[in-house]
Order: sequence, then C-alpha cells, then structure tokens
Amino acid sequence: MKSFKTLKSIITPLDKVNVDTDQIVPKQFLKLVQKSGFGKFLFYNWRFGDDEQIKSDFILNNPKYKNSEILVTGDNFGCGSSREHAVWALMDYGFSVIIAPSFADIFFSNCFKNGLLPIILSEKIVEKIQHETGEVEIDLENQLIKTPSEQISFDIDLHKKTILLKGLDDISQTLLYEKEISEFEKNSTIPSVL
Amino acid sequence: MGKTLFEKIWDAHIVVEKENSPSLIYIDRHLVHEVTSPQAFDGLRMNNRSVRRPDLTIATMDHNVPTNNRTLPILDQTSAVQIQTLEKNCKDFGIKLFDIHSSNQGIVHVIGPQLGITLPGSTIVCGDSHTSTHGAFGALAFGIGTSEVEHVLASQTLWLEKPMPFEIRVEGKRKNPYAVTAKDIILSIIKHIGTSGGNGTVIEYRGQGISDLSMEQRMTICNMSIEAGARAGLIASDEKTFEYLRGREYTPKNYESLVSLWRENLKTDHDAKFAKSFTLHIDDIAPQVSWGTNPGMTCDVTESVPFPEDYSKGDPNQKKGAEKALEYMALTPGTPITEIKIDRVFIGSCTNARLEDLIEASKVVKGKKLSPHVSAMVVPGSQMVKKQAEELGLDKIFTDANFEWRDSGCSMCLGMNPDILSPGERCASTSNRNFEGRQGTGGRTHLVSPVMAAAAAIAGHFVDVREMDLN
Repeated sequence: MKSFKTLKSIITPLDKVNVDTDQIVPKQFLKLVQKSGFGKFLFYNWRFGDDEQIKSDFILNNPKYKNSEILVTGDNFGCGSSREHAVWALMDYGFSVIIAPSFADIFFSNCFKNGLLPIILSEKIVEKIQHETGEVEIDLENQLIKTPSEQISFDIDLHKKTILLKGLDDISQTLLYEKEISEFEKNSTIPSVL
Repeated sequence: MGKTLFEKIWDAHIVVEKENSPSLIYIDRHLVHEVTSPQAFDGLRMNNRSVRRPDLTIATMDHNVPTNNRTLPILDQTSAVQIQTLEKNCKDFGIKLFDIHSSNQGIVHVIGPQLGITLPGSTIVCGDSHTSTHGAFGALAFGIGTSEVEHVLASQTLWLEKPMPFEIRVEGKRKNPYAVTAKDIILSIIKHIGTSGGNGTVIEYRGQGISDLSMEQRMTICNMSIEAGARAGLIASDEKTFEYLRGREYTPKNYESLVSLWRENLKTDHDAKFAKSFTLHIDDIAPQVSWGTNPGMTCDVTESVPFPEDYSKGDPNQKKGAEKALEYMALTPGTPITEIKIDRVFIGSCTNARLEDLIEASKVVKGKKLSPHVSAMVVPGSQMVKKQAEELGLDKIFTDANFEWRDSGCSMCLGMNPDILSPGERCASTSNRNFEGRQGTGGRTHLVSPVMAAAAAIAGHFVDVREMDLN
C-alpha cells in the first residue's frame, strides 16, 4: 500500500448526510474483477443523467473542484453495503482525504486498507471547513489541518496513523504471528465445516 | 463483573491482544461470494499466498446470478466473468463452492444456517454487510471489505477494534403476530435509533419479544442490524436455536456435546454491563412502511407521509435529507400511506426470503389475483427454500395469483442481475435498503414485511394487513 504523504488541495464540499455506498458506487459497476478504474463510476447517478449526460448542478461536475483531493461531507458517510469499491472509486477519482462528523464502521475500516484518510471532526468544524475556498493542507504526522486562516487539529488512532504513514501491508504483519494462530487453532472448539 | 454474550465470544477468539491497539481475532467461518472476492484472490496470487483454512471457507454465487432460465448462458458478460472468476478461484485455492447449478446454492446468509454451517459462539465473516444475519444463532457475525476478505483467506484472522455492547430489549407481545412481524420490529427499532444509532456497537437483542420469535424471524431482526449502523447484531442461543441446526447437512458430528457447552456458557451474565440500552415495547406496534431513502425513514402504515419539519425535530441536516428523500420518492407530505400506489412487488432477499416468509405471504395471496397494474416476483432465498416451498404448493399459490416464481439469488434487493426497477417505478419490497437507485436507477423502494408486500400486490396500494381476513 502507498504511504500517506502530506497533501495540499482545495476542498470539495458535499453537503449531504448519510451518503451510502450505493451512491458512492452504484451496484451496476461492482462487476469488475480488479481494483482499478472505479473512479469514473464515483457518485455515478449524481454526476450523470440518462445517456450519461453530465448533471451540471452536481458539485463534482464543477470544473473548479477538478483537482480537489479532499472531500468534506456530512454525518454517517459510507453507510450501507460493505463494498470496498466505494473506497477504490473515491481514490481512483482523486480523493485522498474525507472529512466528516462521522463515518459508517465498515467504510471507515476499508479506508485504512487502501491509504484513504478519513478524518472525524465536530459538525461545527466540518461546516466551517466546507466554506473554505482556499487551499487546505493535511498534515497527518502532526494531525493538523491548515487552512489559510487557522490550524485545526484532529484525532486519529495511533495504530491507524502508523499504517497510513508507513503504507503497511496488514497481511505480512499478521503472518508474523503464525505461532499464535496455530496455537489458537489447536485449542479451538469450533470444528471444520467439511 | 460479568460479561455480555458478545464479550464472551470476543474473548474466546483473541489470538493476540495488545494495549491500545486492535486485537487479532480468529475467524471460524468465512463465507465468500462472487462480487467482493475477486480482488482478494488476486491479492493472494500476487503475493504467492494460499488459503490458510479452506475447510473453514464456503463459497456460493448469489449477488448477480440470474433468477430464471439457469440452463441458458448468462447474457451479461461482466456478470458471467465474475461468476467464472469465482469458479476458478475456488478450484485453484481448494474452496468448496455451491455453484449456480447446486441444490445448495442460494443467498449466502440463507444457506449458512440452512446447511448447519452457522454455529452458536462462532465468529463468522463475509464480504457482505448483511452477514449480521447469522447473529440470530448467537454467533458474532459481521460484514468485511475485500482487503479483509484477503486477510481472512490468508490468515483466518482479522485485526479488530472491540465494538461496544449495545442492548436492545424488545418487550411485550404482539396482538397479531401474523400481521406485525419481525420486519416491523426491526424497522421500528431503526426508526427510533436511526441509521447511525448502532455505529461502533454490537447489538444484543433481548427480551420476550425476541425469545418468542422463530429462528427465521430472528434472522430478519439480526439481518438489519447493519441498517442501524451496528457492526453486528446477535441473539443468545436457546433450545429453538439448537433444534434448528440439528441434523443439517454440515452440522458437526459432535453437535450434541457442543450444544451442552453452548447451553452452559453462551449467554450474557446477570451482572454484565452494556454501553448503551434501548427498549421497544411491541404490544401496540403497527406494520411499518418506509417512505424515504434510508431505513430509518419509516412510519406506521396507519400514518401519513411526514412533513420534513416534523420528521427532523429541529435538525436542519435531517430536514434537508427528508426533503431530498421525498423529492426522490415523489411523495407529498400528508398523503396517507395506504393511498400510495405501487407498480412492483419484490418478495425476496436475505432479510425476508426464507420458508416462513413465503408461507406467510402465500396466506395473503391464496385465492386472489395480483392488482392488474402491478407486477410481482417471489425470489426464494435459496434453492432449498424454493424446493421446500414447492413441496408445500406455494409456487402454485403465487403463480395462480400472477406472481412470478423465480430461482434464488439476491435479485432485486440490489439489482445486480437483470431484476431491476425502471426509473420512476415504485416497489413494495421485503428487502433491507431503500437507498436511492438501490433496486434500479430512479426506482423507488418501500421496505415492508412479506405479508405487507403481498397485501399491497393484491390491492395495488399499501394496506394495513391487520384488516385482512387471513383465515
């Protein structure tokens, strides 16, 4: 996994609560068997109308936000299905940071497996950042969001922070515990299926 | 201090525990399907890794399989590729697969319990959020993303932060259990606690209202835990649980000795503490109908479509959400729910497509005809459910009433196969999500129980099923 570096970008405000993963990537695009190429399907039904016509009133279609890497949105972002395609689509489109007052559990966990940084801030601060038009810097190491007018600190679990900063591959870390896993299996009371 | 059931299962599965970091938790059962697994198997191949415990892993295809004419090739090329990819992956990695022609094929959360693969006290994962269904058996079961699927395939473990235990008590007795179902109980709960009310928690459903339910009804409750945002939902096992699993195809040989262990240990201690608690009294609850675009946007069938300001109780974001939902659903506040006309009916999904669901719905349909402007389909949760239903003659009851009778799969719950709504169509659906476009771009979903869906199919609009004579 790619490690997370400091980034500077304008923000894209997506003023909606309970954005579910069916909106992030509609199901008709879940049939690919690889991880790449999902960006074009991001928020598909909001970005495109019938015949793939671009809906100009949707924020992502405003050219101003074309190179934005930071999405700022409402409560409970990523609720619904467990599809990791939602994270792949956000990243493939170009987002590296999502700021919201809260995230759904599975989506939140999926972010860290792919190097996407979800930042939780109070509703009041999120609203303030949504109105920020200048460039915003995200400094994960120091847990700071630097706007043209102020610095906002954010909390992140140390373990998760390390994973992102170092771009750690979970599985190779886990396999170091081979002895413990085998030991557990010896004592397990739950039998095999077959 | 005592422990909750969830904490007991958690503690029994810790492989590695470190302070202030996630724990490494052992996974007893891994269920795999075609949509969220291809990238995981690819990851294994790229790193030259094998599947650690194929004997704890079971696969089926359910999300995008066609539900009719299975003898024909699959027309949608991308679906066909995904299905072939699963076949190849299972073959290459030695995983037992119930393929599209197997009599054990079905929605992964329906076949797990039906085959005796789901067991009390076990940890169960699947790359699907409705894995919470298996919690009905006193298992800790939850949905995971594709990276975690790969992690479990490679190591049979997951790094997890411990969720908080959340107690939901369901107290009282329903006056008419045929009309007010498990679906109405869980929709009522989500209506009260909201779609993020359970975030960061594992719900334990308790109380008389739960112990009175059959196993299949309990699965409906646990299935929708994720719609309240919870990581998992579970119900302590009891004699009904043990009886349900007895003698199934994959029930373990030493089952009775396991039952003795479970009977003794698998319950929340009297002095255990929950982080949160909520109580629902069900003596007087009505059948529920969702009116909006998330499962929390639900009301009684006797009510009217709410005004956003009433629904939001002063929260401007909720108000905005409700306005947007009503616009998408093309509903006017103040319209009685029973005056909402429908175009389609879907009886299916891992929430409500087990045998009991179909039996109950058939009682409403028997001897009647579908409303002329409605089309309706019944999609059994598994091929085994389909066979059992046919043995009871349910297929005939439905087809006589002009319903379509299909093969099993996720079907129009999420519309990954050809079973979808057209833009603007309104559907009474027994599934679990009424998100925008979930059942087809522009489609409008109302979540209801199987009997409410069946009653709406006959009437052409929502009706209070309590007013129907079901005898």
